[in-house]
Amino acid sequence: MAVRKLAPEEIQPKSFKFSPENEAFADQQIAKYPPGRQASAVIPLLWRAQEQAGGWLPQKAIEAVAAKLDMPDIRVMEVATFYTMFNLEPVGKYFIQFCGTTPCQLRGAGDIKKVLERRVGEQNHVTADGNFSWLEVECLGACCNAPMVQINDDYYEDLTVENFEKLLDDLAAGRPVKKGPQNGRRASEPQDAIKTLTDPSLYDGSRIGAWRKRFEEEAVKPADTATEKKS
Amino acid sequence: MLQDKDRIFTNLYGLHSPDLKAAKMRGAWDGTKFLLEKGRDWIIDEMKKSGLRGRGGAGFPTGMKWSFMPKQSDGRPSYLVVNADESEPGTCKDREIMRHDPHLLIEGCLIASFAMNANAAYIYIRGEYITEKHALQRAIDEAYEAKLIGKDNIHGYPLDLYLHHGAGAYICGEETALLESLEGKKGMPRLKPPFPANMGLYGCPTTVNNVESIAVAGEILRRGASWFSSIGRPNNVGTKLFCVSGHVNKPCNVEEAMGITFRELIDTHCGGIRGGWDNLLAVIPGGSSVPCVPADQIMDAYMDFDTLRGLRSGLGTAAVIVMDKSTDIVRAITRISYFYKHESCGQCTPCREGTGWMWRVLTRMAEGRAQKREIDMLLEVSTQIEGHTICALGDAAAWPVQGLIRHFRHEIEKRIDDYAANPHSEPVMMAAE
Repeated sequence: MAVRKLAPEEIQPKSFKFSPENEAFADQQIAKYPPGRQASAVIPLLWRAQEQAGGWLPQKAIEAVAAKLDMPDIRVMEVATFYTMFNLEPVGKYFIQFCGTTPCQLRGAGDIKKVLERRVGEQNHVTADGNFSWLEVECLGACCNAPMVQINDDYYEDLTVENFEKLLDDLAAGRPVKKGPQNGRRASEPQDAIKTLTDPSLYDGSRIGAWRKRFEEEAVKPADTATEKKS
Repeated sequence: MLQDKDRIFTNLYGLHSPDLKAAKMRGAWDGTKFLLEKGRDWIIDEMKKSGLRGRGGAGFPTGMKWSFMPKQSDGRPSYLVVNADESEPGTCKDREIMRHDPHLLIEGCLIASFAMNANAAYIYIRGEYITEKHALQRAIDEAYEAKLIGKDNIHGYPLDLYLHHGAGAYICGEETALLESLEGKKGMPRLKPPFPANMGLYGCPTTVNNVESIAVAGEILRRGASWFSSIGRPNNVGTKLFCVSGHVNKPCNVEEAMGITFRELIDTHCGGIRGGWDNLLAVIPGGSSVPCVPADQIMDAYMDFDTLRGLRSGLGTAAVIVMDKSTDIVRAITRISYFYKHESCGQCTPCREGTGWMWRVLTRMAEGRAQKREIDMLLEVSTQIEGHTICALGDAAAWPVQGLIRHFRHEIEKRIDDYAANPHSEPVMMAAE
C-alpha cells in the first residue's frame, strides 16, 4: 500500500468545472453502463478531470466528478487515492514514470534512475522550468523492451543512458521524439533475428476458408444424416 | 520449433497492419457466423476438448469455466469481462495482442459471449496502456462499423463490447477486484463464494477471462479441438505466448508450443543466455509471483504447467525472467517484495503488514545486516501470509521469498557472514606504515 494524500490546501484551486467537451465525454462514458450504474464511469471521469487540471487531481475536481456521477464525495476520494495513476500533486509538463521492477532492474534500470536523479532531481519534484518530474512506478508491462519509462501517454523502451539522455534533451528543447523502442526495434520482436512469422502464406489470404475442409469431411462421414450446412 | 502455420497470433510483432481488412486476410472473422450456428453447446464442448487452460496465470480450463454460466437466465443479464489488466512483472503479451491483433480478441469476445449468453462484454485494460487502449478502441469501432458486433450485426447475435480502463493497480488483475473496480470502487477483492459465475459484475453472472484465452477461441473452433490439443504435452496443450525478459541476448515475445524446453526456447528465439549457458543463475518462469528455479533444474525442463509445478514453481503467465550470474539475486527478489508491498490493497492484515515486513527484512538481508535465525523467521512468516488472505496476492508475495530461501539460502548466509566480518560499507582506513 502506498500512503497517498491530497495536495496541501495552499495549492488547491478554488474551483473546478468540466469543459463542455469533457461534459459530453462524461455522458458518453456513463452510457456504457447499465442505468443506475453510473459509478462505473468514475475512473474515466477522474482521468479526464486530471487531464483538464493539468496532470493532477485537485480536490475540487474530485468533488466535481462525485457530483456528476451522483456519488458521495468520499467514494470518489477513495478511488482517487487508491489508484496510483491519479496524481494528487502537480507534475511536470513531461511526467516521467520510471519502471523499476525486477525485469527492468535486471536490464539496467538503475542507470536510468541515476540519470533521472542527476537531471531531474528527487522523485515527485517538478524542475524549476516546470518541464519534468518523475516517479518510480511498478511494472509497466513492457518487459521484453526493458528498461523503459512512460512519459505522459507514451512508452519509451529499450533505453540506454545515452539514448535516454538524448530523449530528455530533445523533450526539453521541444524537438520531436520517437515513441516506443529507442534502439530501432519495431515492437517486442527479437532484434534483427526474427525467425517466426516469415511464411508468406499467412498473409496472402490463403488461410481463409482452409479450415472448412474439416467440417465438410465430418459432414460427409455419417453420410445418411449429413445435411448441407450453409455458412 | 512450432511451425508458422500453427501460430495463432500472426501479427505479434506488428509488422503488418492491425486493421480489419488485413486482419481478415490473416484469417480473423472468417466464418464466425458458421461457428455460432453450430450452437452454444458445441462451442463449449469444443473448447473443453481442446484442453485450453486459462492463460492468465492460474491455468484453469477455459471451456469448463464457460460451462459454469447459467444456461437459462433468471432475469439477470450475463456478462463477459476480459481481463486486460496485464501487470504481472515480466508479462507483456496481451499488450501485443491488443495493439497488433485486436480483431482476434474482438472475435473471441463475440464467440465467448454467445457461448455464455452474454449480450454485453467489458474489456478492462490497465491504465498505463494508453496507446493500446486507443488501438483497441479503433478496432472495436471498426468492428461496429462493419456490423460484426453491435445490436444488429451480421452474425445475428447482439453484442455490445465496451472498453473500460483502469488507473494503475496490480490488484485489479484479480478477477473480483477487477469487478469491484469496474463497478467504480476501490479494487479490493471479494470473498468467494459466491463465485462470479453466480454473482459477478453488478450482481449478475459473469465470467472473467484473460485476453489470450479469449483471443485464441476463434482459431481453436475453426481448426478444431484436435488440432490445438495435438500441440504440446498431455494436459498442457496448445500454443502459448512466452515473454522472455532479463539476461538473454534478444529478449522477445514469441508464440511457441507448450512444453517446449527452456533451452530450446532461449536458443531458438532469444539468441541464448547472455554470456552462455554456464552463466545462467536462475529463472523465474511465470511472472514475479512464482518462485525462482535455479539453473541446473530449469535448463532442460519443459515449459508447461505440470513440469514447472513439479519444480515447485509454476508457468503462471509464461513470463520468463532470466537471471545470469551477474545478478544480485537477493536484491532482485527484494525488488519483487517491494512490488507486492506497493500493490497490496490493504484489505487483509497478513498481506498489508506482511508484505512490508518481508520487504524490510529482505532489504537488510541484501546488505547482510541480519541474523541467520531471521532467515527461518522470514520463511515462517511467509507461510503465515500464504493462504490467509482473501485473494492470491498474499500467496504471490510469499512464493518468491520462499523460492529465494529454498534455493539461495547460502547466498543470504554468505552476505550475513561478510557483513559480520566487516560491518562497514566503506573499507576501514588503516594508517599507512
